[in-house]
Amino acid sequence: MKWKVFWAFVKKEFYHITRDKRTLLILFGMPIAQVLIFGFVISTDFKNASIDFLNHANDETSFELIEQIQSSENFKIGRILYADHELEKGFKDGTSKLVMVIPEDFSKDFYNRNPIEIQILTDGSDPNNAVTLTQYITSIVGSFQQQKLKIPENPQQINIETKLLYNPKSISAYNFIPGTIALILMIISAMLTSLTIAREKETGTIEILLVSPLSPLLIILGKVAPYALLSFIDAILILVLGFFVFEVPVRGSLILLLFCCLIYVITSLTIGTLISAVSKTQQDAMMRSLMGLMMPSMILSGFIFPLTSMPFILQVLGHIIPTTYFIEILKGIMLRGVGLEIVWFPLFVLFLMILFFLFFTWKNFKTRLQ
Amino acid sequence: MEAIIVENISKNYKDIQALKEVSFQVKEGEIFGLIGPDGAGKSTLFRILTTLLLPDSGKGFVAGHPIVEEFKSIRKKVGYMPGKFSLYQDLSVEENLSFFATIFGTTIEENYDLIKDIYEQIEPFKKRLAGKLSGGMKQKLALCCALIHKPEVLFLDEPTTGVDVVSRQEFWEMLAVLKQKGISILVSTPYMEEAILCDRIALILNGEILNIDTPNQMIQNFDKTIYAIKCNRLYDLIHYLRTQDYTESCLPFGENLHLVTKEKVEIEKLKKEIITQGFEQVEIEKITPTIEDVFLHLGQEKKEDAN
Repeated sequence: MKWKVFWAFVKKEFYHITRDKRTLLILFGMPIAQVLIFGFVISTDFKNASIDFLNHANDETSFELIEQIQSSENFKIGRILYADHELEKGFKDGTSKLVMVIPEDFSKDFYNRNPIEIQILTDGSDPNNAVTLTQYITSIVGSFQQQKLKIPENPQQINIETKLLYNPKSISAYNFIPGTIALILMIISAMLTSLTIAREKETGTIEILLVSPLSPLLIILGKVAPYALLSFIDAILILVLGFFVFEVPVRGSLILLLFCCLIYVITSLTIGTLISAVSKTQQDAMMRSLMGLMMPSMILSGFIFPLTSMPFILQVLGHIIPTTYFIEILKGIMLRGVGLEIVWFPLFVLFLMILFFLFFTWKNFKTRLQ
Repeated sequence: MEAIIVENISKNYKDIQALKEVSFQVKEGEIFGLIGPDGAGKSTLFRILTTLLLPDSGKGFVAGHPIVEEFKSIRKKVGYMPGKFSLYQDLSVEENLSFFATIFGTTIEENYDLIKDIYEQIEPFKKRLAGKLSGGMKQKLALCCALIHKPEVLFLDEPTTGVDVVSRQEFWEMLAVLKQKGISILVSTPYMEEAILCDRIALILNGEILNIDTPNQMIQNFDKTIYAIKCNRLYDLIHYLRTQDYTESCLPFGENLHLVTKEKVEIEKLKKEIITQGFEQVEIEKITPTIEDVFLHLGQEKKEDAN
């Protein structure tokens, strides 16, 4: 009997979903679009950044250096400048990312091994890119020096060899695929569920549902079950997309990964039902989930900005957001290939959050209208 | 046993008093009409009786169960059609009906005899989405959904609002059939002419019951004489008549105005008086009062009492 009612509910919910183009678009269009956009557009790997030169030397060695820089894939030559006052020109009209100033007597000082100061100017309005580009250019200049002067490996010199573990090529997809999974699951589970319950309130159908022998628990379960299933499908969709398009691996246990997704989906669903319990209209529910959930999940979860460099209060806020823990779990399992022995803590936090939100939903859910 | 008992129910929304000490009883197998304009408190009362809202004070019983303590038992026994069309617009006629049958633990087949007459009218459109139905058909579907679990008491909140005249008439005929099947019905309407179709009615205004009786008795008890008056300048005439000593009340009524007098006046004399005041095309007729007259008169009295 209970199962029959539950099934009727799930069926009805699937009718709603499949007959509404907007919902379908959010469900399947958004994850795909978001992964592809993050993947192809927002890339922190540089290609063909435009660099300007102010060459005071105009000698052979300086031309060789410029050629070396140009031959790397990272840079292309913008313009050649002739005077100091032109330095900022490229930055101002937005065409240049970098300016290199080569001092006079470059060749002479270079081969006499005198100290040389090459000046690099970058656009500080975009600090992350500026730092990355400076690193690129430093390494190019370094290898140029080594080649030309044929400096043997100096036994007294400390050479630092860096290696990016788990992501040797520094591919940004390794960061955003876990982040996107976390965000999408949050959007679908929390926002869509809160919207669908708010819609019943808005259209008045909740009145009929309440004036029926259905228990509130059954109403909620019947409403969230389809979204739980669809979020799960989305999680798999993004994993597959990440694997085949951006070569993001799953190094740990897939079963554990999916189990963690399930726990996170349940966390988001409980938040969604809590939001809907306090919202009267769909717009209300939408605003609450966007402002109260999506924004913090995106900004404070460590997905875009590192949490550790935030002011203390924001770090605290970041640690009450489920997404923070889920991204931690995802990165652990997918990239570092760790198992339950490491991810048990964030998983445990998610469990606690479920209990917490369930308690409040239960406190807030009314068997009546008011 | 009474199907519905309402005892001194009051309800406030913040500083607005929606219901003031409302009391009435609905007998088993009776069509009881709650007649009043928008904002009179009808929907609030429906929500309290269908256990969706809690009253601030007073008691209520539906099908023998107290509305607060035994709300779960009530929810099994009542059918409720809210004022707003509250079915799933993106589900077809058939899907809606079968969904509501299932959540009430029954099937369409089990209680088909109860809805047969109504459902047959919308059956040709059973594959159509509920949102694409006409107003009249929507109401029929909503009624089917409210009836599908064979309720003892049926709550219909303004079922005929926004429905065409023909469908409204059909709707009332259906209610008469349901009544014969032993279902008690509480129905609200802002249309005074529908009052006469109820067994008994309660007139409600600003959260207060003005009068409870059978429609005919209510009209008979209205012992005032009413004159319908027509002329070229109706608005000015109302102002003029209201200042006269013999006038008890004078209210606009479509293209007429209805004048209630304290004592009997002669039609010819009244007509002459009005014409000498400069009004033209004057027609006066003595009429039997309608529920609307009773309502407007009682409402006017209430207003004057309050002042």
